[in-house]
Amino acid sequence: MNNNPYQPWLATIEDVREEVGGQRPIKTFKLVFQDNKLQNDFTYLPGQCAMVSLFGKGECFFAISSSPTKKGYIEVSVMKLGKVTTALHECEPGDVVGVRGPYGNYFDVDGWKGKNLVFIGGGIGQAPLRSLINYVVDKRKDYGKLDVIYGARSSKDLSYTQEFDGLEKRKDVNVHLSIDVKEDGWKKFVGFVPDNLLHVKPSPKDSIAITCGPPIMIKFVIQNLEKLGFTEEQIFTTLEMRMKCGIGKCGRCNIGNLYVCKDGPVFSYKQLKNIYGER
Amino acid sequence: MDKMVLSKGDLSKFITEILKKNKVFAPVKSDDTILFKQITKPSELNIDFYNSDVPPKALMFHQTETLFKFSPGTKAKIESVDTDEKKVIFGIRPCDAKSIAILDHAFKGDYEDPYFLNRRKNTALVGLSCTEPALNCFCTSFDDTPASSKYVDILLTDIGDKYYVEVISDKGKQLTKGLSTLFKPAKENDTKKKKEVEKKAINMISRQQKTNGIVEKLDKIFENPFWKEVAFKCVGCGACTYLCPTCHCFDIQDESTLTKGARVRVWDTCMNPEYTLQASGYNPRPARTNRVRNRIYHKYNYYPKNFDVIACVGCGRCIDLCPVNIDIIDVVTRAGEVKA
Repeated sequence: MNNNPYQPWLATIEDVREEVGGQRPIKTFKLVFQDNKLQNDFTYLPGQCAMVSLFGKGECFFAISSSPTKKGYIEVSVMKLGKVTTALHECEPGDVVGVRGPYGNYFDVDGWKGKNLVFIGGGIGQAPLRSLINYVVDKRKDYGKLDVIYGARSSKDLSYTQEFDGLEKRKDVNVHLSIDVKEDGWKKFVGFVPDNLLHVKPSPKDSIAITCGPPIMIKFVIQNLEKLGFTEEQIFTTLEMRMKCGIGKCGRCNIGNLYVCKDGPVFSYKQLKNIYGER
Repeated sequence: MDKMVLSKGDLSKFITEILKKNKVFAPVKSDDTILFKQITKPSELNIDFYNSDVPPKALMFHQTETLFKFSPGTKAKIESVDTDEKKVIFGIRPCDAKSIAILDHAFKGDYEDPYFLNRRKNTALVGLSCTEPALNCFCTSFDDTPASSKYVDILLTDIGDKYYVEVISDKGKQLTKGLSTLFKPAKENDTKKKKEVEKKAINMISRQQKTNGIVEKLDKIFENPFWKEVAFKCVGCGACTYLCPTCHCFDIQDESTLTKGARVRVWDTCMNPEYTLQASGYNPRPARTNRVRNRIYHKYNYYPKNFDVIACVGCGRCIDLCPVNIDIIDVVTRAGEVKA
């Protein structure tokens, strides 16, 4: 361990899994810290993030997409978009990256014990939700009914398909997948994620809804949740911004006086309603 | 606090003594401007100045600094860098010393910034009171004075034929220790004179910013068209933020050749659209109005909410150096008068 929060620890890419191909590909990287003790000491909760860097290219802030119940590694799911993520997509198992964290707050997994949970994800926004879903599934008896609503543009754009297959087989988890546009052979819901939410119609009673996805999706998901009777205290989301430091100093990820990296990324809708600022 | 006097003729002897054990940074005339630079002899010092264009925060929070070195690529190794040795900033103005105390809040907290804080620990501030404040000075708007000793280790005030010397902290005591031939105890008359000089300087400050209730007021006018009007003439050059003694935002970039690399931190400015531009193309602060408003809110609303202090010291640099005369005294005072 070092006392310099800017200096990452070295981690080795153990596995690279292609989640989505095409124009905006997504890969999940399994990372193992080179220092064994550090790997054991690196504890986090669903919703927390890490700064992952490729030396010579730069750093990016990613939600940790693995669940802390799975020990010995962390995973981040990365969409290829900018300089660092493009370089990351070219990495192979055995390559070395820098990791620092965990950063930010987390989903209130203890406070939500006994509640019904509704997860509403879209596209790459599923990454932080995946950590949370796998966490509560691993601690299944602590939680009530589980509804997983997830959609993407097309069936090819759905991430974590193997894991969803596994979840769909379970009797104690309800999975509701959707794609935006009709495709041959697709028997599940066709339409946008907020519409699928209305279709699934989860009850707000003793429930918490957690959503993450593109800003426009989040906006309509929240509107529809309110239509279904969810209050602002029952709705949670996790946000992102451009970030450089991850520790609330470099200035750019603020919404009002809060920094998404440090005071977020998890916010209740109640909180968000009461802070002004660009987002 | 020890109160002493130093004859003007002995100032260079004092500096020579400090130079024996410390790196000394002091106001130096460079082309047409004053800059804080390292000096090696007292004669390099230029004490006849209003203030430096670049604030001495640059000596604590470097404009460009290497965070660590690495071997680039996918088989990386990291190499830490050393932080600074002891230094003295000589001739810092009370407002700039206050700005460093304000920056402490940003660099402390849940994650301590070792670069800034090590330098802070190893740096002594020898302040120099303003006997003649500049046109756009407004430190008194924040209940401070041009001769405030609150944020320095030693404060020198020109009281005519000599300097009135206030030694405030242990760091200050270390610098004056064993120099009893230079420093004589201050007499009552000297103390009186310092107060007179201070009062005269306060009276020379002609501009005031109305900051009463500004935090609460800004809470109410975020969406007001007033900000569009304020931002209308901004050209987005960022001079106000780069040269602000309390601005602390930075970028982190990797610089490397094939064999050597470094992760580097550089000053950044919220006036740049790229500052918040996301890889997806989305920008939460796409317009100049968003960015100008963010600058004012960061100083007069967000910072006070987080750290209980307004992030402005009234040095006037952003007014003096703005190419289109955006005047923060005027902007904030008028914001206070906008109908919510």
